[in-house]
Amino acid sequence: MATRDEIADALAGMTLFADLAAPQLLGVASRFEEAFFAEGARVLRQGLSGSAFYVILDGEAAVLVDGEQRATLGRGEFFGEVSIILGELPTADVVALRPLRCVVLAGPAVEGFLIEHPKVTYRMLQAQSRRLRNANRARG
Amino acid sequence: MADPERPFPPGAYPVIVIGSGPGGLQVAYELNRRGIGHAVLSADPGPGGMFRRWPFFQRLLSWTKPYAAPDRETRAFERWDWNSLLATEPELRGLQTKFMDGSSDFPSRPEMEANLTAFADRSGIKVRYGCRWESTRRDDGPTGPRFRLTTSDGEYDCEQLILAVGIAEPFSPPTPGIEHAVHYADTRAAETYAGRRLFIIGKQNSGFELASGLLQWASRITLASPSPAKTSIETRSLVGVRARYVQPFEDSALGGGVDILSASVSEISRSGTSLRVDLKRTDNGMPVSLDVDEVIAATGFTCPLLDLPALGVAVFGQSRLPAQTAYWESATVPGIHFAGTITSGASGLKKHGIPSYSGAVQGHRYNGRLLVERLAERSFGIPRPRPLIALADLTTHVLAEATNAPELWHQKAYLARVISVSADDGIRDEGSMPLSHFLDVDGPNAIALTVEADGQGAIYPVAYIRRDGKVDEHVLEPHPLNEFEGTTYRNQAGSLLELIAPGASKA
Repeated sequence: MATRDEIADALAGMTLFADLAAPQLLGVASRFEEAFFAEGARVLRQGLSGSAFYVILDGEAAVLVDGEQRATLGRGEFFGEVSIILGELPTADVVALRPLRCVVLAGPAVEGFLIEHPKVTYRMLQAQSRRLRNANRARG
Repeated sequence: MADPERPFPPGAYPVIVIGSGPGGLQVAYELNRRGIGHAVLSADPGPGGMFRRWPFFQRLLSWTKPYAAPDRETRAFERWDWNSLLATEPELRGLQTKFMDGSSDFPSRPEMEANLTAFADRSGIKVRYGCRWESTRRDDGPTGPRFRLTTSDGEYDCEQLILAVGIAEPFSPPTPGIEHAVHYADTRAAETYAGRRLFIIGKQNSGFELASGLLQWASRITLASPSPAKTSIETRSLVGVRARYVQPFEDSALGGGVDILSASVSEISRSGTSLRVDLKRTDNGMPVSLDVDEVIAATGFTCPLLDLPALGVAVFGQSRLPAQTAYWESATVPGIHFAGTITSGASGLKKHGIPSYSGAVQGHRYNGRLLVERLAERSFGIPRPRPLIALADLTTHVLAEATNAPELWHQKAYLARVISVSADDGIRDEGSMPLSHFLDVDGPNAIALTVEADGQGAIYPVAYIRRDGKVDEHVLEPHPLNEFEGTTYRNQAGSLLELIAPGASKA
């Protein structure tokens, strides 16, 4: 359970939102919705349309492609943005490994949000670049 | 002798329902119909729940169209009636139409209360009124957990607890000086705001309901909350401020005495005979201050779950909604279930950002029915009907549901009609179920059919085909008149059904 102020405080500690001042954080906190997923619940569904962008407040989630675990995600990490930005269906399931609290932004609201918050977009780009670099390194 | 005016004396019951609003009444009706032993307890003096008090301006946000095409006593009419509870008896269906004076398709508050009272009386629902739930204990016995409730009338004990207590506890944020504000729930009669400068915290429907109702009384109205307000016309869903309350937007756009700000309130303080409101704009961080006569906090409500969080019931969000399974059971404490508006805590897939309509009667009445159907099957050995469907009728049946099924239209992308196909059991109508349950629980080859919307204005059927344990989504075309029974749809649905029921498209 969290009030908007508590969510703003939690977001303030995350790299993704590190460049936002307090009133803007409150604005972000009131645009996102809080969601709770019990252990084992599916958050994102591979191949299903209409998905959303999630930022983890607390807990841990597994990323599964065709049922095979590829990664785990924890506090401050985010998922769901790739399929929304590309306008494609999600290519992975995300499942709560233990009780998971997230803030969620609906797919259709993501573009407007990123355009209005370029510093968040830049932080997201940094995280994406890191993932891409690591994937390239792994490939050798 | 039991007192007929005060049924359900303290004691042990298989199921206890708390609440006598629409959510509690729907569940009580479904339990009665199946002969499941239960007690219904309510702190109120009579049926109706929130509709005994609200909305303030005495007219609902939810319509009933008395002259819609389907007969008022049919299931198909439910799509055109957001306010009546569900029944199988024709004389109990579409009851709201019997309590409307013809002045609006939106019933007045007393008309809604009369509809709910008539439903309770005519269907023989008994409620122990004036019985307040005070605290809860959980005992883990040999047959599983039991819940012991202390009430104003004594001790109750049950295996299954269904809470239909609404999202009813006024919530105000911890803003400095919030004690100078009154909550929406304590708004006075409209005429007492004549000539007053009014500041409303919150830009949800409750804030705009007050603004609309007080336009002719207040000298000036300012609304503020951190994020921009959107209307349901823009979101093309029930998200946002409803069309009934758009007049303040026009007044604001024309500079007509209403201001709508994206700002957070830093402090409310007394300044002589006025109240000073200090704000920070959320778009650029700049301060704004104004002097007003009244501050109303239209900042929402929370779930009055008393001590249940201490028992392990996980809650989330500003409304402290309980986290729930697809079938509206606590995600963390089995045996505690929810009905009524609280079922909006089982959020489903929220595809394209469109939520369930469980926060309103037209949505949650189906949740209540399905909750009891599931409970009856799992805990009381009462199987749900699973009628056989002939292969030759399958395509027609599926398309008729997509076009007419009221639960699919009221709970878009949330409730699904499911038909299973297996060699030994044939083609079975499994009834309706939460879409997320269908997607997450394995089963035989099946089709789950929903009606969905994309938030851009399109409404279309979606077929989820489960074949050999894997589910694929198939989005059908929207139709300009929302009629999904023509040749195009027969061809599309037929070829999809072929995947699980060979021969279906040839019928």
